[in-house]
Amino acid sequence: MYNEREKQLRRLSSVHFALVELNLFLDTHPHDEEALKMFNSYKMKYEALLRAYEQQYGPITTMGVMGNTGWDWVKGPWPWEPLKEADK
Amino acid sequence: MFQYEKKLQYPVNIKNCNPKLAQMIISQYGGPDGELGASLRYLSQRFAMPYNELRGLLTDIGVEELSHLEMIGTIVYQLTRNLTEEEIKASGFDAYFVDHTTGVYPSSAAGVPFTAAYLQSKGDVLTDLHENLAAEQKARTTYDNILRFCDDPDVADPIKFLRQREIVHYQRFGEGLRLATDKLDSKNFYAFNPSFDKCGK
Repeated sequence: MYNEREKQLRRLSSVHFALVELNLFLDTHPHDEEALKMFNSYKMKYEALLRAYEQQYGPITTMGVMGNTGWDWVKGPWPWEPLKEADK
Repeated sequence: MFQYEKKLQYPVNIKNCNPKLAQMIISQYGGPDGELGASLRYLSQRFAMPYNELRGLLTDIGVEELSHLEMIGTIVYQLTRNLTEEEIKASGFDAYFVDHTTGVYPSSAAGVPFTAAYLQSKGDVLTDLHENLAAEQKARTTYDNILRFCDDPDVADPIKFLRQREIVHYQRFGEGLRLATDKLDSKNFYAFNPSFDKCGK
């Protein structure tokens, strides 16, 4: 049902979501060592997934523009585009 | 400052259009308990917030609300693609269509444009945190009401995600309120306003 790009994007988003959730928890529990450890472990996972995604499918932020194929930032799909049309 | 990430917080892929449902869901874009008001409320309140944990919490939840605004905009956009004139008339979407075509505009389900009167930034730690606790519950109720009309799982799935975030934010704001009162006089939390008065810590 999902193509490879969408699968990788979902993996990236789910790890990012764990980071968002831990971030809010740590805001009100800044000395919780277990949560800090989890944040760091998800952060490493996220960085690896982000690098792999951006190399293959294009930038998530403008900092991820590689530059050797032009300004890839403006290439689609944009996040609000539905799957089928987006991946044409 | 802010930087855009070219992805949704949670995926939205809607196959079938449904302009009637879009007209209800747009209330979480620009309605009285919507994501735009939520984001502006927290991002504005944080300037007067005297405690670092709460400055962080308001910043991070305010930013997450912007991601939710984007998800709601995406849902509305995908629900109103490829509409025929007959579908627009039959669904009652014509009243919205005449002013906005299928552009996404911040308004309530009843068509009232967004107004900053939906939110408060009172410059008082306890008042602002109570406003936020109420705001998260009001948004949760709105999502519950939207779910009553969602028979399409493609729509219900991201709406359920957003509903759960209201509950998590409510929990975090409750902890924030506890952090604030722990710093105040336990015999009289209202002895002074730590956002404004210089006495106390």
